[in-house]
Amino acid sequence: MAEEVKVFRSWGSPFSYRVELALRLKGVAYEYIEEDLSNKSTLLLEYNPVHKKVPVLLHHGKPIAESLLILEYIEETWQENPILPKDPRERAVARFWCRFLDDKVSEMFALWMSCWTEGETQQNFMEQAKECLHLLEEELKGKKFFGGDSIGMVDIAASSIAHWLGVLEEVAGISLLDEEKYPNLCKWTEEFLKSDAVMECLPKRANLLALFQTRKQAISSVK
Amino acid sequence: MAETKELVLLNCWASPYGMRCRIALAEKRVEYEHKDENLMEKSPLLLQSNPVHKKIPVLVHGGKPVCESLVIVQYVDEAWPDRAPLLPADAYGRAQARFWADFVDKKIFECGTKLWMLKKEAQGAAKKEFTEGLKLLEGELGEKKYFGGDTFGFVDVALVPLMAWFRTFESFGSFIAETEAPKLVAWGKRCMERESVAMSLPDPGKVYEFVCFMRKMLGLG
Repeated sequence: MAEEVKVFRSWGSPFSYRVELALRLKGVAYEYIEEDLSNKSTLLLEYNPVHKKVPVLLHHGKPIAESLLILEYIEETWQENPILPKDPRERAVARFWCRFLDDKVSEMFALWMSCWTEGETQQNFMEQAKECLHLLEEELKGKKFFGGDSIGMVDIAASSIAHWLGVLEEVAGISLLDEEKYPNLCKWTEEFLKSDAVMECLPKRANLLALFQTRKQAISSVK
Repeated sequence: MAETKELVLLNCWASPYGMRCRIALAEKRVEYEHKDENLMEKSPLLLQSNPVHKKIPVLVHGGKPVCESLVIVQYVDEAWPDRAPLLPADAYGRAQARFWADFVDKKIFECGTKLWMLKKEAQGAAKKEFTEGLKLLEGELGEKKYFGGDTFGFVDVALVPLMAWFRTFESFGSFIAETEAPKLVAWGKRCMERESVAMSLPDPGKVYEFVCFMRKMLGLG
């Protein structure tokens, strides 16, 4: 019986992507509703009145917001291909790294801001971003994925590094994910992108490039 | 159920994040050693246990660290599942609880820090965000005894350290809690009747003095 699973998403958003990837890894059929973030639908605003953002997961008519929380809900609701370990301590470690990858005011923020800024501001952000990548590189040591042998919640949370980061680097004309400095992360990206579930709903690189180039131009023209 | 291994909480007495961990451990009636850190001179144990953020609280269980207060509270809930469950049993209820705890982190404590850390001129936006956050929480609480319904739960643990910090936020944010959030004030009093909360929250006057001292150190006058 088809359960009613819907995802309010925006095609270019790495946060919506996390949700779609998790559902696909678990073989859950879903319908997606594409949102224009400059003109949000009444339904989205009704289902996420607090933050008014994508992604939102709708299951049996009930909404869940915030990508990492949605991943926890998906894990608890559909038991195939677990994305969190069973041991409480290992779960705590996974949750810690998911939060690290999500922090709006932290090293991860610096990663994105490196691409949208210039001059000294950019240099400062790049230094912080490299620290962030270094910490992730260390965490990956000896592992194929953050989750161990298979893709787990931390890998899903880190998808933006595997795909979005390369596009942003190109648009900004900078290099952050250096293979010499971060061999584990680069290898991880390769392995991650081998997964069928990962590739099925990944936004096309060319489209992301166009999207970010437009944004970069818009920011530059405001100066 | 977790074995009785050595359990140490690295904390700072005024930290609302640390208070959450103390309350969770008290609810579960788990014994632990409490180590107050001097944040000006962090111990080697702290730096070793939380090399990424170098922050408290950290729960060290059998020599292995768990960091980030809400991660610690969930860990405590999962490691001692046989008593005082903090998260609801159903997946949707758990998602809602995590949502509001996350909201509390961003809109109350992170925002509240701006109220006392920023100069008066810069506080405007933070004050608006904070009071709006209080209103949304009032709406979510409604007429319930606790955010968890009849049982004290995850969101209650996440928010209740506000009771030790309200006076400080009121003072620097120039608002009156009783006016802005009467339901939360009443809820806070109910929570304070619980032993786990009463023993984990410091005197609000002491927190206020501490913040005034911090402000002087930061040159905020």
